[in-house]
Amino acid sequence: MFSVNKIKKDFPVFKNHPKLVYLDSAATSLKPRGVIVKLVEYYEKYPANVFRGIYKISEKATEELEETRKIVADFIGAKTPKEVIFTRNTTESINLVSYALGEKILRKGDEVALSIAEHHSNFVPWQQLAKKNGAVFKIIDVNEDGKLIIKKGFFSRKTKILALTYVSNVLGTINPIKEIIKLAKSENPGIITVIDAAQAIPHLKIDVKKLGADFLAFSSHKMLGPTGLGILWGKEKILQEMKPFNFGGEMVEEVSIKKTTFKEPPLKFEAGTPDIAGIIALKEAIRYLSKIGFKNIRRHEIEITRYAMERMLKEFGERIKIFGPKDPRDRGGIISFALSGLHPHDVAQILDEKNICVRAGHHCAIPLHKRLGVPATTRASFYIYNDKKDIDKLILGLKKAWILFTKK
Amino acid sequence: MDSIYKEIILEYYKNPKNYGRIKKPTSSAFLANPLCGDKIRIDVILKKGKVREIKFSGDGCAISQASASLLTEYSKQKKATILKKIGPKKVLQMLGIKIGPARLKCALLPLEVFKKAISKTP
Repeated sequence: MFSVNKIKKDFPVFKNHPKLVYLDSAATSLKPRGVIVKLVEYYEKYPANVFRGIYKISEKATEELEETRKIVADFIGAKTPKEVIFTRNTTESINLVSYALGEKILRKGDEVALSIAEHHSNFVPWQQLAKKNGAVFKIIDVNEDGKLIIKKGFFSRKTKILALTYVSNVLGTINPIKEIIKLAKSENPGIITVIDAAQAIPHLKIDVKKLGADFLAFSSHKMLGPTGLGILWGKEKILQEMKPFNFGGEMVEEVSIKKTTFKEPPLKFEAGTPDIAGIIALKEAIRYLSKIGFKNIRRHEIEITRYAMERMLKEFGERIKIFGPKDPRDRGGIISFALSGLHPHDVAQILDEKNICVRAGHHCAIPLHKRLGVPATTRASFYIYNDKKDIDKLILGLKKAWILFTKK
Repeated sequence: MDSIYKEIILEYYKNPKNYGRIKKPTSSAFLANPLCGDKIRIDVILKKGKVREIKFSGDGCAISQASASLLTEYSKQKKATILKKIGPKKVLQMLGIKIGPARLKCALLPLEVFKKAISKTP
């Protein structure tokens, strides 16, 4: 049975802040005890560097790290753990593809396509690459309901890269990634598709084989895991053809004064000592999520999101603008909104006085905010540890802010 | 917890002082904070090195709007050479509230624009 009260007990932060109403999981999720315990376990029991230690605690650390790689691979339906690369974050995962592959395949006059709803991390790397290589930076627009508008003939043989977010971190929209990839590949079978799954991975069951993408990028910290760790999944065959991203330790096979040969993926892309503790602890996050089950997570999330949207509209009517899809089933647990005449920073600050954490600003998506015609929005995002009581407190806080800033 | 939205802040937010534009300013300046979308413009008329008239315009949160009101109020009839020396401390003192690091930029954006405006004038 899915019980938020029970789940809350698994997150030590609620013990330290019993009144905390955390509605900023789209920025980062809270961490369950199991993950924290595992982090400490590494530092206390086998705090050695990985791979080359010829002693027991190093071998144990390596084994634990590689176990996570396998668990991640199974979790996303990868063909082999060799397709799972550990990075620092989603941003680095995307940059890796851009540098190690994009630079090589994108030629003058080619196109790189993405949506206006991208997070800067899936926008700026491609924009810069397009500039450098003389390619066309092509943007997919969104409609009033926050859904992508892909016009007929948008993709062509020239479209070499499609970089798309699975779930918008502002609109909450769940994009029909599978269908879009299919469409793009039907126009150009060789197109490289890069999916930013940072906002999707905590909420949706992802199977990369079914999705049809070439790359999937996400972060550990949004899915209950430690910070400082990102994942890049890529098709084995493509990874093999790519040049290294960073050079240095761990990624080489043979080094001489004249030349260096590199390891096979994934180690080819993992120069330097990785975030060992973080990687080891990530598996506990995956185990926790798997135990709850994505069906339950999704059902709960839709219920909370629906409740929040209904209450907001009932309370504020015309005075509130909720961006993105009207149907909560079409969104991840994200609601970005604007209360007319109230500045998002002021709203967030008032909510903070009641220990309610929301985000205010452009959420690293300035092009989208320009498109929406607002400088900033307030964003509330939900996860497994949120319940309707949290939403009630949010509504109460918003009412307070409204009265404070509008009464004459 | 103490609210930073003291009466004075709310009062200036709802009824800003010196809000608007000056037709023929001797100088003006504009800055935007890309983080929150706050925009502030300050028009000023300086005569004999003194602020004769000053107005601000733009959108922003309560903190930045109150800060702009207070700053423009304070500067009237004062010498530009003295006003140029105003630092963040003075602005925070006028606001009379404790501001966390995340909101400091809101409070100080008007000062930045203000300094730019009065420094431009011959």
